[in-house]
Amino acid sequence: MTTILTPALTAYWDQPDSFTLAGYQRDGGYRALPKALAMSPDEVISTVKESVLRGRGGAGFPTGVKWGFLPKGDSKPHYLVVNADESEPGACKDIPTMMNNPHALIEGIVIASYAIGANTAFIYVRGEVLHVIRRLQYAVAQATEAGFAGSDILGSGFELDIIVHTGAGAYICGEETALLDSLEGFRGQPRLKPPFPAASGVYASPTNVNNVESIASVPWIISRGASDFAALGTEKSKGFGIFSLSGHVTTPGQYEAPLGTTLRELLGLAGGMRAGHRLKFWTPGGSSTPLFTDQHLDVPLDYESVAANGSMLGTRSVQLFDETTCVVRVVLRWIEFYQHESCGKCTPCREGSYWVVQMLHELEHGGGSEADLDKLLDICSNITGRAFCALGDSIEPSVKSSIQYFRDEYLEHQRNGGCPFDPAASTLFSLETAR
Amino acid sequence: MEPIDELRSRLSADAAEIIGRYPKSRSALMPLLHLVQAEQGYISEDGITFCAEQLGLAAAEVTAVVSFYTMYKREPVGEYHVGVCTNSLCGVMGGDAIFSDLREHLGIGNDETTADGKVSLEHLECNAACDYAPVVMVNWEFFDNMTPRSARDLVDGLRTGADVAPTRGAPRLCTWKQASRILAGFPDGQAADGHTAGDASLAGLRIAKEQGWTPDSASSSTGDGSNGGPR
Repeated sequence: MTTILTPALTAYWDQPDSFTLAGYQRDGGYRALPKALAMSPDEVISTVKESVLRGRGGAGFPTGVKWGFLPKGDSKPHYLVVNADESEPGACKDIPTMMNNPHALIEGIVIASYAIGANTAFIYVRGEVLHVIRRLQYAVAQATEAGFAGSDILGSGFELDIIVHTGAGAYICGEETALLDSLEGFRGQPRLKPPFPAASGVYASPTNVNNVESIASVPWIISRGASDFAALGTEKSKGFGIFSLSGHVTTPGQYEAPLGTTLRELLGLAGGMRAGHRLKFWTPGGSSTPLFTDQHLDVPLDYESVAANGSMLGTRSVQLFDETTCVVRVVLRWIEFYQHESCGKCTPCREGSYWVVQMLHELEHGGGSEADLDKLLDICSNITGRAFCALGDSIEPSVKSSIQYFRDEYLEHQRNGGCPFDPAASTLFSLETAR
Repeated sequence: MEPIDELRSRLSADAAEIIGRYPKSRSALMPLLHLVQAEQGYISEDGITFCAEQLGLAAAEVTAVVSFYTMYKREPVGEYHVGVCTNSLCGVMGGDAIFSDLREHLGIGNDETTADGKVSLEHLECNAACDYAPVVMVNWEFFDNMTPRSARDLVDGLRTGADVAPTRGAPRLCTWKQASRILAGFPDGQAADGHTAGDASLAGLRIAKEQGWTPDSASSSTGDGSNGGPR
């Protein structure tokens, strides 16, 4: 049978000591680092460019190109910042990566820092994941003790201090410039761009901000070669990535596969939807990406194909909902999330999220009128592109796509005088026996 | 001794260590606030004054940061902070039912604490464990695949002092204050303990192993050769 899954970052998660230095080294870890240190920083950047690794945090910008934006020969210190603030509803890949294989991230950090000339690297990890934070602290200590980080790494003269910085509960800090403000000890509000972090990031110095999975993929690329990575995936979306399946699926979990794999293939491996139910709608890349339905099972999950079909690959956070689920309820809850997490800096997001929540709340509970759907779309389209950062732009996609695919379901709420769905039918447990 | 003097005498050495980690001192503010919570269980006015003193900031600047982040609490929190994810996916899969059952069972509302000071209840946004939905967090440790009954048993166990261990996390559950100290950057020595990957984390890997699928087998079957192809 043709290979569908390609475990690379996840390949050793089943080993009881996969998170330790010894476990990581036994499975081939820290072999990319000496290879990278023997190359020039520019050669490392070129290799990552050749692999066509694109940012795994959702935006999909080529990682090597991003590294190349940092100035060369300037007098300011450079910084690497790892965005480990995984908080997008549906996203659950970086947290198990750091829990089970933190050294892949650490090795990637040392290589990336060497490439961009940074002597300090920060891991900005969300605060609500205690054991992941322990594992990161432990991995940094072990790597430093073993000479893979700290001073004179492997005798190369290269020096790197890795700081694990713990957040305190704010989704907006996943936005890279809000993250930088937070890291500097301020409220996490986004900064005006330009200047971009490559020119003026943390402490107004050249800074590279990368997602956990992007950086953790680097050791594989360096040790195996860019062409091995680029041999996987599609023409423009290269390599492997972790697809996170959650919801009404028989076997939810992490499935690492080449970009371009379809949901039909993944769902086949995951045992399909839960017994007796069928797929109603899903997100290809988390709550900020437009919904897909069962019409989209064969869309290759790469950046281009998902976009051509009206959504975004995002973080490959595949949340699956079956026919028992009320789409209005789901979308309302997501927009309540954006309302709660809006930092308040710009008016379209701060005010718009409140208006959209109020209207959705009315509609979910049987109020409003059909004209409200158009008003809702109008408000949403006035937020998108006018907000200060991408959080505001995340409000429209689920609202618009849910009305596009399930307009009549919205209207059914009005005809019914309330939500026509029974929430008890959607739970993964039977309420009678689980109480 | 005044409470602020108490904070100074107990936390100054740790605060200096935290500040010493960073190229610029203000970056230490968030871990310092976690440190204050580790000592007091919440961020008191004295805690704000202490952080402001350490960093040469105005108390208002510190307060502005405290009020921005949901993990900093302005009121005392119970020994065990129980968070129920009620974002869309966990909520639909059962988080809503779990949260309403716990409210009724504990007799407290959102962001409230039981009279015995043991358990605080809060509904959470997505905690990045959707493949283990519905998820409950206790002092930021993962309790996966919960039901109303297992959640009720969990909080009962917390209140009676029974041994309660997370699904994926350290087998010895920290108190709220102990957890805050780890967030401030002071490990408790439990990093190597506890389970690693749960079933959902291994779902794809197990299939790939059964089938003999690897990145190599993929590139040899689908590689177009234009980029060097299979090894």
